[in-house]
Amino acid sequence: MQAALVVAVMSVLVFAGIYMIGDPLAILASPEATELDREQIARALGLDRPVWEQYLRFVGSAFGGDFGKSFVFGQPAMKLVLERMPATLELAITATVMAVLIGVPLGLYAGLRHETTAARTIMAGSVLGFSLPNFWVGLMLIMIFAVQLGWLPASGRGQTVEVLGLHLSIFTANGWKHIILPAITLGLSKCALIIRLARATAREVMLMDFVKFARAKGLNEKRIIGVHILKNIMVPITTVTGLELGALIAFAVITETIFSWPGMGKLLIDSIVQLDRPVVVAYLIIVVLLLVIINLVVDILYSVLDPRVRLGNAK
Amino acid sequence: MSDAALPAAPAKTESPLKRIWQEFAESRLALLGLAMLVIFLIAAVFAPFLVPQNPYDLANLDILDARLPPGEISGTGLTFLLGSDGQGRDMLSAMLYGLRISLFVGVTAVALALAIGALAGLLAAYVGGRVETVIMRIVDIQLSFPAILVALILLAVLGNGVDKVIIALVAVQWAYFARAARGAALVERNKEYVEAARCLGLSRTRLLLRHLLPNCMPPLIVIATVDIARSITLEATLSFLGLGVPVTEPSLGMLIANGFDYLLSGVYWISLFPGVLLTLVIIAINLVGDQLRDVLNPRLKR
Amino acid sequence: MTIPTLQVEDLETHFPTRDGIVRAVDGVSFDVAEGEILGLVGESGSGKSITGFSILGLIDPPGRIAGGRVLFKGEDITSASPERMRSLRGSRIAMIFQDPMMTLNPVLRVDTQMIETVQAHEKVSEAAARARAVETLKAVGIAAPEERLLAYPHQLSGGMRQRIAIATALLHSPDLIIADEPTTALDVTIQGQILYEMRKLCRDTGTALIWITHDLSVVAGLADRIMVMYAGKIVETGPVATVIERPQHPYTRGLIGSVPGVLPRGKRLFQIPGMTPAPLNLPPGCRFKTRCSRADTLCDTLPELVELHPNHSVRCHHPHDARPLTPTESAA
Repeated sequence: MQAALVVAVMSVLVFAGIYMIGDPLAILASPEATELDREQIARALGLDRPVWEQYLRFVGSAFGGDFGKSFVFGQPAMKLVLERMPATLELAITATVMAVLIGVPLGLYAGLRHETTAARTIMAGSVLGFSLPNFWVGLMLIMIFAVQLGWLPASGRGQTVEVLGLHLSIFTANGWKHIILPAITLGLSKCALIIRLARATAREVMLMDFVKFARAKGLNEKRIIGVHILKNIMVPITTVTGLELGALIAFAVITETIFSWPGMGKLLIDSIVQLDRPVVVAYLIIVVLLLVIINLVVDILYSVLDPRVRLGNAK
Repeated sequence: MSDAALPAAPAKTESPLKRIWQEFAESRLALLGLAMLVIFLIAAVFAPFLVPQNPYDLANLDILDARLPPGEISGTGLTFLLGSDGQGRDMLSAMLYGLRISLFVGVTAVALALAIGALAGLLAAYVGGRVETVIMRIVDIQLSFPAILVALILLAVLGNGVDKVIIALVAVQWAYFARAARGAALVERNKEYVEAARCLGLSRTRLLLRHLLPNCMPPLIVIATVDIARSITLEATLSFLGLGVPVTEPSLGMLIANGFDYLLSGVYWISLFPGVLLTLVIIAINLVGDQLRDVLNPRLKR
Repeated sequence: MTIPTLQVEDLETHFPTRDGIVRAVDGVSFDVAEGEILGLVGESGSGKSITGFSILGLIDPPGRIAGGRVLFKGEDITSASPERMRSLRGSRIAMIFQDPMMTLNPVLRVDTQMIETVQAHEKVSEAAARARAVETLKAVGIAAPEERLLAYPHQLSGGMRQRIAIATALLHSPDLIIADEPTTALDVTIQGQILYEMRKLCRDTGTALIWITHDLSVVAGLADRIMVMYAGKIVETGPVATVIERPQHPYTRGLIGSVPGVLPRGKRLFQIPGMTPAPLNLPPGCRFKTRCSRADTLCDTLPELVELHPNHSVRCHHPHDARPLTPTESAA
């Protein structure tokens, strides 16, 4: 399957690439370490072996779930990444949900009443939404809401509550205060995208015969919009949103850095800077897996939402 | 949308460029975007003549001038119209120079990505068979990856520097062009003029470059415009994370990053103004790109 | 004499376009009596479908009803409030569209779409609404209606979908049904069945029906009266027998003449020469004159609708009975 191929290719590329990033020893060993100490560290970390041997050992232990220990923390790399995964997912999913809940109604409105000033404002706003650089928005939000107004905290994650074995912060009020700014930062351009998509699809659907027929049956506008039209636009919106979720998890890297959100993304940046290879590798593997899973889920969702796909044609 | 009067029916010999321009000009917003871009371009190109201070010349900088709010005067009598940054650089000068870098990187990266991607896509479509499958597989794998991750890893490997950033950006973008070029080529290669050219015995390369390519350009141009915006944003993001351009020649993204540290103490101008400039550039490109897309879209021909 | 179910008076529906105003319906007047079946015939562009939509108030902006009025059982519905129109649609006046694939929402089940129609006009429980849907489906000849209800539109055949559309129209036993080319997209055999069933239904329930079509032969066996439209105006109207046997307007004659089977075998099929004039380029005077073999200078003024025989009117300066076709002119 393509997914497996992707993972394999990725692992080679990643390993090869990371290997070339400078010399981890220079960072890990203090400047006063003697030559002997360096050799010891190298041996402990397996860095003294030839490249291909390192790679094979890596692959071997990877299949057993062991991605090596972090150079910096000394703990299994995979464990580190997985520990932080819920925080990132929480952020990404919150951002997505917000984007959809705000974007769909706005886009729908802009599509249905596209000649009004309100609709034009919404569209202008959407251009702004995906033009604004992601990280800059975060900074500005901090500046306004944390520094000038002092309403919301500028960094960190709120209190967590254990749900199904995971620590989630969205269930606490304090958690909400912390997650709002990062979620907005992350979700803004997605929201703009959804608005534009919803508007375009709504305008198409609006002209279709079954809408006219629904009116001819005497249904009231609310039902026509809320059920007939909405259900038809949800299909493309869900597929796009789903596919973008992967990108969102990647973009979380930036948001997490700005807001010091303790997720995988921040870990990644720190690891790159500190040349902590195993962690970088572990992160990439996880992300690849997540992408593959998301794609599968989107495919399933698509067939659930569109009965034509699910049931096939009878005649 | 503006209600421009219908242009008079064009004479038969009117060039397509003229027609494209006429249709493009029907949107006031797009014209505004274009005007903004022209201004930015001029500002960037002539920056050395426009700015009061050369921000890269370390000899000019005085640490005592650091972090002065907008309007303050430096030790040497220079007015910091938009304030000064952490090293004492005049924000306005730094921004214009940064704009230069951002525009340069964005346009170059896209131009290269366009060239590589278009060739790859055309080749794939025209030659078909194994070659096509291999190329498109690579494209697919590349596209299923979030751009930022690919760029991050590449830069982590390559290190800092303007040329390396461009390489990373090209690596990330080429796949879009490849896919679009292939799609367009698949449609075009069935058209008659390709058959005619082949009958005339033209060599494959000539056919590809002189005949097929120009006709596949419209969708590629649209993608390119939007991509410039994406590239600029991506470069800014990477610089912000410390992985892009070197610290001594900051792009807009780096400037914003510099300002991050001082944000919490209320020193807002270091991050604010470069960001505004960056946003305006992106908006301008998007406005132009949107209209260009509508104009060049064959399905919307009126 | 009871009030006619429908009275259309000088209806004008206009569509503003970049290049001018298209008068899709240009001064149309007719009545439909209780339980009467009216066949509204015309080519595409004649304004027949727009007439149907205008009656129901379903003209999308920027199109609008620019003049005249429509009275439904004496009530002026052209000036009725949107809420009043909504309550009439689907319950007292129902419409059946041409292509059932597009009129049924593809992502909703049939039962959802029928039940919502019931509940839009009456406060009944879902179970009661479902029961009524089942009843109506049976009435239009659908076997195993409970199962059909659970299907999605794309799972059913074209004929089945159209029957569902008809059933939906009948859910509230309307006084008037407007059917816009309902059988055009179906096989000829299915077409025949549906025609027969519609006629029977209307006779049994006393529902008035306007059947819009471009095919004269379809309404010949179905309608009580026929109305022919051309370029936005009525050109002939009368009882079906007289219109078919003694058509007065050259256009009607042309329509009848071009139906295969009417002519004796071996004779060439008649074709009305030319095309419908573009709506913005209507010739002054009689609109048919550019295609008419009988046109002369008199036809440069617009003829009025004149009652030639009882209930049979025609808009022509040279109706057939006034000046029968010479053998050289005749093609039929």
